Amino acid sequence: MSIMEYNGGSVVAMVGKDCVAIASDLRLGNQALGISSNFQKIFPVTDRIYLGLPGLATDVTTLRERFRFRVNMYTIKEEREIEPETFAHLVSSTLYEHRFGPYFVEPVMAGLSKTPSGGVKPFIAATDLIGCLNFAKDFVVAGTASSKLFGVAEGLWEPDLEPEDLFETISQTLLNAVDRDAFSGWGCIVHVITKDKVVTRTLKGRMD
Amino acid sequence: MNSFAERFSTTSATSQLRKAQALAAEEDDISDAMWGSEAGFGSLAKGVPTFSIPAVADPTAFLRLHTDDHADPNCRIKIQHGTTTLAFRFQGGVIVAVDSRATAGSYVASGTVKKVIEINPYLLGTMAGGAADCQYWETYLGIHCRLHELRNRERISVSAASKYLSNLVYGYKGMGLSMGTMICGWDKTGPAVFYVDSDGTRLKGDLFSVGSGSTFAYGVLDQGYRWDLTDEEAQELGRRSIYAAGHRDAFSGNSCNLYHVKEDGWKFIGNYDIAKMHYDGPGDVPGAPGGGYGYDIRVEGLTSANPPPVTAAA
Repeated sequence: MSIMEYNGGSVVAMVGKDCVAIASDLRLGNQALGISSNFQKIFPVTDRIYLGLPGLATDVTTLRERFRFRVNMYTIKEEREIEPETFAHLVSSTLYEHRFGPYFVEPVMAGLSKTPSGGVKPFIAATDLIGCLNFAKDFVVAGTASSKLFGVAEGLWEPDLEPEDLFETISQTLLNAVDRDAFSGWGCIVHVITKDKVVTRTLKGRMD
Repeated sequence: MNSFAERFSTTSATSQLRKAQALAAEEDDISDAMWGSEAGFGSLAKGVPTFSIPAVADPTAFLRLHTDDHADPNCRIKIQHGTTTLAFRFQGGVIVAVDSRATAGSYVASGTVKKVIEINPYLLGTMAGGAADCQYWETYLGIHCRLHELRNRERISVSAASKYLSNLVYGYKGMGLSMGTMICGWDKTGPAVFYVDSDGTRLKGDLFSVGSGSTFAYGVLDQGYRWDLTDEEAQELGRRSIYAAGHRDAFSGNSCNLYHVKEDGWKFIGNYDIAKMHYDGPGDVPGAPGGGYGYDIRVEGLTSANPPPVTAAA
């Protein structure tokens, strides 16, 4: 029995043209037994940063609160919102603090960072459970369906997708990957982050 | 102790195999290779199935080392495991319903597996555990059921067929066979269901469910089961039970295959997608209540936690 597969669940994030998308399944299980089909694994950090936490559910809940606390402290001290790059390092060091007794989650981040010219730059990153950062230019995956997500994403993703096309790409990637994973599924949720809004949609997936 | 007994006993499975192999070797004046793997008959061409055995001191331990999930979950040959199968007897015959998912670890290897094995027009076997073991031995059972018919000018009873299988797998006890099966059919005594597994257990009964999703199926089945169910009600109960297991159990799902055995033999009723049953129900079939089986779909608008969809103001 792997502790990373105890509750199941998967997250994927993708880069588009001046936009990013992050999506997850909604299953919470106890090994093979499905418990909930409405377990959120993706949380807003700021208006422009979303954080996905697939892994052990108890640690998902704990870390969500821990990151909320740390981001609030940052905002108060710096008197400004945290940037995605900075947040990624915050996640990394928070996890490495528990190097010898880790939280069993593999965080995935997606956000838009500000450029000096006033525009936005898409940003995605993922870490392993002890905080090794992976800044990808295309997509990142994590969770029990990660190997399947890699396969589908590798086939579907292309550069510079507009928000609507990116939504379609990430939705199809997730939906098809979780259908091949016994521990993920039971519905999906997708967030597409653009400069002036975040569009959130829940998808109708297979319920087995 | 066991290896000592096995070496000198004349009835153990290994000694039977040794004898059969020795016999086969004697007949091998001409290489089998020239017949292209015995013309498709496999090892059955000699009458008794023979198996090549790893050339190690303890073949059973060798196999277990590489296949047993409990001994070593990491390095292993993964054998199909998760399943939900059910069969029950009622006034109108036997209902057999199964799911169609095959998993290897957490990977869903297939969603279109046929877990009902059609032994002959009057006998069905279900598949749980090792897919190859069930497929091979139930096909082999079919051969012997046919030979019984030819010898005795009478169809084999479900009881005799299932006992043939259970005695057969008992001969291989401890050698790693893995199967949990229900032998279902109709004979002189009427509808019959027997549970047979690779431990050698053989049970006669009205209602069985086997596999990782069996507890979920039993839940629905026990709730709705009566002897005087109509054909339509019984078929719906089988479908609904497999849906419940497919929904809750991670290792069951994809679709449901439904069979009905009556006096004139079995009939395939249909294949039902579990996701479709969740949202829309099984479609236009007799016995179905109409609408999806899913909890959220069934209770939509009936609880405060699950209000009806908001319609835009005019």
